[in-house]
Amino acid sequence: MSETAARDSTSRALTLALAVAFVCGLLVSVVAVTLRPIQRANIEAERIAQLELVLAALSGIGHAQSIESLEQRMVELDSGRFDDGIDGASFDAARAATSPATSVAIPDEQDLAGLRRRARHARIYLVRGDDEHIDLIILPVSGRGYQSTLHAWLVMDGDTRTLRALKFYQHGETPGVGARIEEAQWEAQWQDLRAFDDTGVLRIGVRSPGGGYSDDAAYQVDGISGATRTMQGVDGMLRFWLGEFGYSTFLQRVREEQL
Amino acid sequence: MQDNNWRILTRPLIDDNPLTLQILGICSALAVTTSLDTALLMSLVVVCVLAVGSAVVSLMRRQIPRSVRIIVQITVIATLVIVVDQLLQAYAFELSKRLSVFVGLIITNCIVLGRAEGYAMHNGVVASTLDGIGNGLGYSLILIMVGAIREFFGKGSLLNLQILVPTSQGGSFEPLQLMLLPPSAFFIIGGIIWLIRRRRPRQVEKPEFSLRDERRISK
Repeated sequence: MSETAARDSTSRALTLALAVAFVCGLLVSVVAVTLRPIQRANIEAERIAQLELVLAALSGIGHAQSIESLEQRMVELDSGRFDDGIDGASFDAARAATSPATSVAIPDEQDLAGLRRRARHARIYLVRGDDEHIDLIILPVSGRGYQSTLHAWLVMDGDTRTLRALKFYQHGETPGVGARIEEAQWEAQWQDLRAFDDTGVLRIGVRSPGGGYSDDAAYQVDGISGATRTMQGVDGMLRFWLGEFGYSTFLQRVREEQL
Repeated sequence: MQDNNWRILTRPLIDDNPLTLQILGICSALAVTTSLDTALLMSLVVVCVLAVGSAVVSLMRRQIPRSVRIIVQITVIATLVIVVDQLLQAYAFELSKRLSVFVGLIITNCIVLGRAEGYAMHNGVVASTLDGIGNGLGYSLILIMVGAIREFFGKGSLLNLQILVPTSQGGSFEPLQLMLLPPSAFFIIGGIIWLIRRRRPRQVEKPEFSLRDERRISK
């Protein structure tokens, strides 16, 4: 009796609970930190594999068939200029987006993608045609979805106004609902969709439920039923990355200077 | 003693199967059995978590205060599941993406907590570990059967090895789309339960109440 009483005392319960929490927390942390480099490498491989998938799907349009034939460039987003001072091969996009030295805070009213911070630089890929004109511009984009951060490749036509593809390569959305952003049928909607109208106003997005027909309809895709929050995330992500805090300065420069 | 341990290990396979007798862990059984490889990986993960979880809880059973026992058990189980999930993400990335949230959801799988609370809290380490492995294998047995049936009839393949050529590729096999949807797992598990209970009528539950004789009401 006395033994069970001692075992059930409040201080005993607290001590044991704390000890268990500490040991378990330590174990989880150690495992997570030791395995992170391998997990990162997996995600990196996945990113490249998805990029290759995009390229394969675009092979009718583009000329590049493999990742080696892409022109990899670093872009400074604020000025929209290429910055060859940074080594693209060793650029860690995830780290660059969070480290204070290499990123900037996004003003709240502009933070449509819910990212809070954005890297100063982005690693992009170009596909050039035979006459050295830019055929395709492949841009990495990300934004908050329903319960995870969405990562995708945004492929713009060389005219800098038309989307050629949007391919999600990493996310943690609900299987069968938000995760359907990966389905080919839904992704196909983005192909050859105009992002900007003739006056250069950004109009792309996901049609909102019950929104009815509007002038923007020609610039929008159908959403996925039941995945409202994911759709809002995709919509915000595109508006952010094609907006002035995203790639619009760079795209304008491509358009005007025929880089 | 040897014989007893063997009983502990093998009882949950058919006589006391967590899925078909206790009807636990159905949610994950529906979700991860669209193909055999995910079912196999899930089985492996659940066996590991059950064995280690039961062993750890059994080791701590005299120290755990009754008032916080469920929380302590869940913390131990959650830790194991997170560690396994991290390992899968590092070493079995493709498969872990297909299992997605269901590895994490093992934490809420009633079998794991059920064995910790119902068995490991009152029994020694060896018996608890064997009980954990046994229950994991019982769960695995059903999972693998369902996974094999669904993949074979849904895609005409086993372990991604094409066995029947589907009509879309010029063969004569028409894939059963239903097999790839969650309801088919319900039907298959239901069928397995029926088969087992026909063989072992002792598993048939007694009706909780009997209907009144209708002829008497009509009079």
